Amino acid sequence: MSAWAFIRFYTILVYTFMFAPIAVVLLLAFNNSQFGGFPIDGLSLRWFAELFENEAIMRAFRTSFILGLMTAAVATTVGILAALALVRYQFRGKDWVTTFLISPVLVPETVLAVGLLIFLRWLHMPRSFTLLLLGHSIIALPFVVLVVQARLVGIRREYEEAARSLGASPVQTFFSVTFPLLLPAIFAGALFAFTISFDNITATIFWRPSGMETVPTQIFGMLRHSVSPEINALGFVMICITVGVPLLAGGLARYFSRRKV
Amino acid sequence: MARVELKQITKSFGILKAVHESDVVFEEGSFTTLLGPSGCGKTTILRMVSGLERPTGGDILIGGKRINDVPIHKRNLGLVFQNYALFPHRTIAENIAFGLKYRGVNKADAAQKVTEALDIVRLPGVEDRYPSQLSGGQQQRIAMARAIVIEPDVLLLDEPLSALDANLREEMRVELKSIQHRIGVTTIFVTHDQSEALAMSDKIIVMSDGRVEQVGAPAEVYNNPASVFVANFLGASNIVDVDVKGRGADTVTLDVPHFGAITLHADRATNLGDATRGKLVMRAEKLHLADGASPEGTVSTRGVVEAVDYQGQLARYFVRIGETRFQAMNMIDGVPFAEGAEVSVVLNPDDCSVLANEA
Ligand SMILES: Nc1ncnc2c1ncn2[C@@H]1O[C@H](COP(=O)(O)OP(=O)(O)OP(=O)(O)O)[C@@H](O)[C@H]1O
Ligand SMILES: [Mg+2]
Repeated sequence: MSAWAFIRFYTILVYTFMFAPIAVVLLLAFNNSQFGGFPIDGLSLRWFAELFENEAIMRAFRTSFILGLMTAAVATTVGILAALALVRYQFRGKDWVTTFLISPVLVPETVLAVGLLIFLRWLHMPRSFTLLLLGHSIIALPFVVLVVQARLVGIRREYEEAARSLGASPVQTFFSVTFPLLLPAIFAGALFAFTISFDNITATIFWRPSGMETVPTQIFGMLRHSVSPEINALGFVMICITVGVPLLAGGLARYFSRRKV
Repeated sequence: MARVELKQITKSFGILKAVHESDVVFEEGSFTTLLGPSGCGKTTILRMVSGLERPTGGDILIGGKRINDVPIHKRNLGLVFQNYALFPHRTIAENIAFGLKYRGVNKADAAQKVTEALDIVRLPGVEDRYPSQLSGGQQQRIAMARAIVIEPDVLLLDEPLSALDANLREEMRVELKSIQHRIGVTTIFVTHDQSEALAMSDKIIVMSDGRVEQVGAPAEVYNNPASVFVANFLGASNIVDVDVKGRGADTVTLDVPHFGAITLHADRATNLGDATRGKLVMRAEKLHLADGASPEGTVSTRGVVEAVDYQGQLARYFVRIGETRFQAMNMIDGVPFAEGAEVSVVLNPDDCSVLANEA
């Protein structure tokens, strides 16, 4: 066997190993049988139907969705402001601030999760949805900052200076020039934040108040009893959302940028 | 329209002093050029006038009012950048109308003004295009239109032509000058290109290392440079040490090495003062090479052509006279002189000027 053939074989093996479980989940989601397994004995959508009737799962979905949207809103707002400060202004200790904002990516999530919990304990605050939102925002923030910062560096200062010289105040300049030029990055950042929040599990397990479930913790909880076929259907929906949303957004962004210029 | 005055203005960036105490006046309605080599502080001065940079010391007056503390968006200035800085996400019409929006001009009037501005820059009918759909020269005109449509008190141009190719640059400089002339706005123009400065300006301010070297009309700065720096920066000059031999009522007689005695009009010796030694500035384009013996009644000497830099209708010759190398820029009449040719070098005293020896 030649070296290239071996590499090809090996590559296929690796990808099969990685994607086969996902394929299995996707396929079994449509399996009619009560006991998940091959061979598939008939296609059906009954597990999806049961999914929609399962109050706990629907509640988890709503929680995850609201949490994701709010995380996107918070992380994007803070991220834009932070990126503006870091790129457009000179101040002392800038490097430290940058490191601090980016650090949640570098610190293991468990450490971050426990740290925040201990901090709250020290403040005598109970776990709550607000804490969860705060935590998710911290985890998502670095991605927003990095994306927006990268774009902002590419926007020449002269655009803003030109706007100012024509009579726009700093705030008017931001909304009429900087913001529109930043829009693709803001959009991408918000999307990142949403997906990061939507499928986060490690930190969420630490932070969620008792009784509150997000989709990943719900799945995790269900798995502890048995592998119900419902979970396959739920997995299918999750994959559709986390893969589909960015694809859709990318397509939209390309459509708008083509139409603009 | 307004007069701009800088009083004892300075600017430091940390330990670097970009502009030293300078007094500069930009007359109402005039076209004034800040000329100097890269890094001499031209842009810094322009940015201080515009409000993009705060002076470290001194005052800025526009129309007699001190505006140090007025933020940029309340100064009513037109700014044109080297890279045009047209808003890429807005159409040409929206770009030009941008400043009108903040001046409470209604939509119909704004559209009217946009059309007029496009006529002034001779680019009608591009309202609905985006900046990326225009060529460099066209974008330049739009940037100009955007700056003048707000009827600014002062127009500030920072090397607006340097991103254009050579032919377009010469065309645009005529265009720019005529637009400025028509609307009569006080204009401050920054460039490091001496021919641009000479061609366009009412007044040139030559700068070096954050200091003003000389202020004057183009002909004045060119013919009567106030320092060796200015003499060398505006075209190539030959500078030699001379002794003052005598002074008449309105003449000065100098002893020039190789050429002998020449007499200058006192106008050309204003920068000499009472000194007994000075530096004679001979412009390269004012030294004429001739074949054979020196023509009668001229100041001349003999030299050898060492190198020829052929430039089409012109040639730059490097000529050795004694121990010194001189430069001469001459129109080519027939065949250019060859390397090694023996020539006579003719000097017209009226084309020279003399400086005091700098300490
Ligand atoms: N924001 C800044 N921070 C630090 N130094 C600066 C800043 N802006 C300008 N300088 C320095 O000030 C000096 C003058 O700069 P300036 O931009 O005014 O030069 P210039 O004459 O416009 O040159 P050029 O022809 O290259 O544009 C330079 O030495 C430059 O490095
Ligand atoms: Mg400059």
